[in-house]
Amino acid sequence: MIAEAIRFALSGISANKMRSVLTTLGIVIGISAVITLLAVGAGTSNMIKDQIGKLGTNVLTVNRAISTGGRTTGGSATGTRTRTTNLTLADQQALQDPVLAPDIATTAPVVQTQSVTAALGSSTHSIASTLGTSPSYFGITNFTIAAGRLIDDADAGQPVVVLGNSVAADLATNVSTLVGQTVSLNGQNFTVAGVLAAKGTSGLNDPDDVAMVPYATAQDKFSGYSPSLSSIQVQAKSADVMTEAQNEIQQILDARHQVTSTNRDYQVRNQAQVLSTATTTTQTLTILLSAVAGISLLVGGIGVMNIMLVTVTERTREIGIRKAIGATRGNIVMQFLVESLIISILGGIVGILIGFGASSFTIAGIRPEVQWWTVWLSVAVSAGIGLVFGIYPANKAAKLRPIDALRYE
Amino acid sequence: MQSAHARRPRPVIALDRIRKVYGQGEAEVRALDGVSLTIERGEFVAIVGASGSGKSTMMNIIGCLDAPTSGRYFMDGIETGELDEYQLAQIRNRKIGFVFQSFNLIPRTRAVDNVAMPLAYRKVHRRERHALALEALDAVGLSARAGHLPSQLSGGQQQRVAIARALVTEPVLLLADEPTGALDTHSSEEILDLFGMLHARGRTIVMITHEPDVAARAERVVRMQDGQVIADTGTATAQAAYHAAGGTR
Repeated sequence: MIAEAIRFALSGISANKMRSVLTTLGIVIGISAVITLLAVGAGTSNMIKDQIGKLGTNVLTVNRAISTGGRTTGGSATGTRTRTTNLTLADQQALQDPVLAPDIATTAPVVQTQSVTAALGSSTHSIASTLGTSPSYFGITNFTIAAGRLIDDADAGQPVVVLGNSVAADLATNVSTLVGQTVSLNGQNFTVAGVLAAKGTSGLNDPDDVAMVPYATAQDKFSGYSPSLSSIQVQAKSADVMTEAQNEIQQILDARHQVTSTNRDYQVRNQAQVLSTATTTTQTLTILLSAVAGISLLVGGIGVMNIMLVTVTERTREIGIRKAIGATRGNIVMQFLVESLIISILGGIVGILIGFGASSFTIAGIRPEVQWWTVWLSVAVSAGIGLVFGIYPANKAAKLRPIDALRYE
Repeated sequence: MQSAHARRPRPVIALDRIRKVYGQGEAEVRALDGVSLTIERGEFVAIVGASGSGKSTMMNIIGCLDAPTSGRYFMDGIETGELDEYQLAQIRNRKIGFVFQSFNLIPRTRAVDNVAMPLAYRKVHRRERHALALEALDAVGLSARAGHLPSQLSGGQQQRVAIARALVTEPVLLLADEPTGALDTHSSEEILDLFGMLHARGRTIVMITHEPDVAARAERVVRMQDGQVIADTGTATAQAAYHAAGGTR
């Protein structure tokens, strides 16, 4: 009987091809919008996850607080570290304490200089950030070498530099030829030890627009012999002990700086956490957009119901004939329900295909990724729409009295 | 009448004081006002009457398309008043074959599929349905047009397809409502000849008509006026035929 109902329904649909196509369109637009938007959402959160990966694994950053009312910087480094307001190399070394800070794996000091101009022959490049740091920095931040070697302990104080990929690419067409050459940074000569592998852009800033020199060299050449660090990079032993590691940092530094949580002159930031907040925001946006798409799906469903009601009215006489020759209510309900199901499932399938098509484009720098669960959901939702919005017209058809239906012109 | 009932095989139609009232109070219309009628197996009956005489209401009630306000109706021995909608659909499907004035074929559906449709509602297998439908089309002389759509057939041909559809389920009653009303003289003649032939083969036919010359083709004429039977020519003939046949029918 179902095969029969499908045959009847198909002949009904093909009788009004244009109308059926337009009705289907409502579902097509709704489903393809839902699939595409969810794919964009998934693409965005993938991108953010990538960024988190680029920041390094389980990394906490200790920065100087910008302003801590009353405590001014430059409070003469009199040798009594207790009065210093700056992060120092001693602070960094104090964090590498297996007893007081068991959850900290390794640390790296960072002295940052901005807008250093690199030059090689006639090529120049303004490096976004030039870091004076220790060899451990590369491991913490997931930087790997593309050519040459990384900085090691033996380089301390030597004029050697490791160039980020964007910097190297600006100075030479083949980055590996740079290794061993002498480049000038702000007019001072440095030997290129190595070139870093590209991390790839992560939207707003380019993580490859960097150069690293040994910490002692940076003090010597750029920042002067100030003992203060721009930041300390800390790697926790695992992602599960990030909070513990943060507490240990605060305990050690609070004691060293003689501050409490109320007047800290430094701050510990978990960059990954910042990005997870961004992920949550993206998810909220995705849900909102999908809800809008869902509403268009609802409107499509109402379109299906509308057309089914027209169809029932139009075929009143046919319903009367069928009833006269022995169709039961169930037969009639089935016929019209199958018709609305076919319309909406067909719309769902076309919508899924269009959704896949739209998701294959890069939208605003985001590569959408179609989630399989949205495909199954779409099929289920479109079938549900057919069922929910088809049942009323189908019932209306089935309830027609045969004599009224036969008399209908 | 009652005693006659007991002796005979069950009649195809037995109406017992059927009343059908539309509307209420001032607007009350008595479409049927106490009609009793018995139609035996093998009869060819024409129900005639002017417009508004109640013959269409009669057709609806006989065809189980409408329920009487009061009175009892036995269809092939089954009291229809006790049946629900589903069972009435079954009765229409198994016991009655309808032929309408405007043919009422399903548009955009081939003749053979139109004929097979009642069998589909009876869960007959598709291949068997097709074979039976072709057989029925053959019986009305239209097997050559099996694949045609209703729109590709003349009025007479469409009505013959409708008759094939009515006959394909082997119903106990062929119920025709003005079967020649929409046809030219020649086609009407063909359809009436077909009815005559079916009657000769023992079919029970009830035909509603307002045309006297069409009614004249029937064996028995029931005349209606104002919701009542005012004349019934054939009852005696039928009984005479019954007795002449030695009471074996």
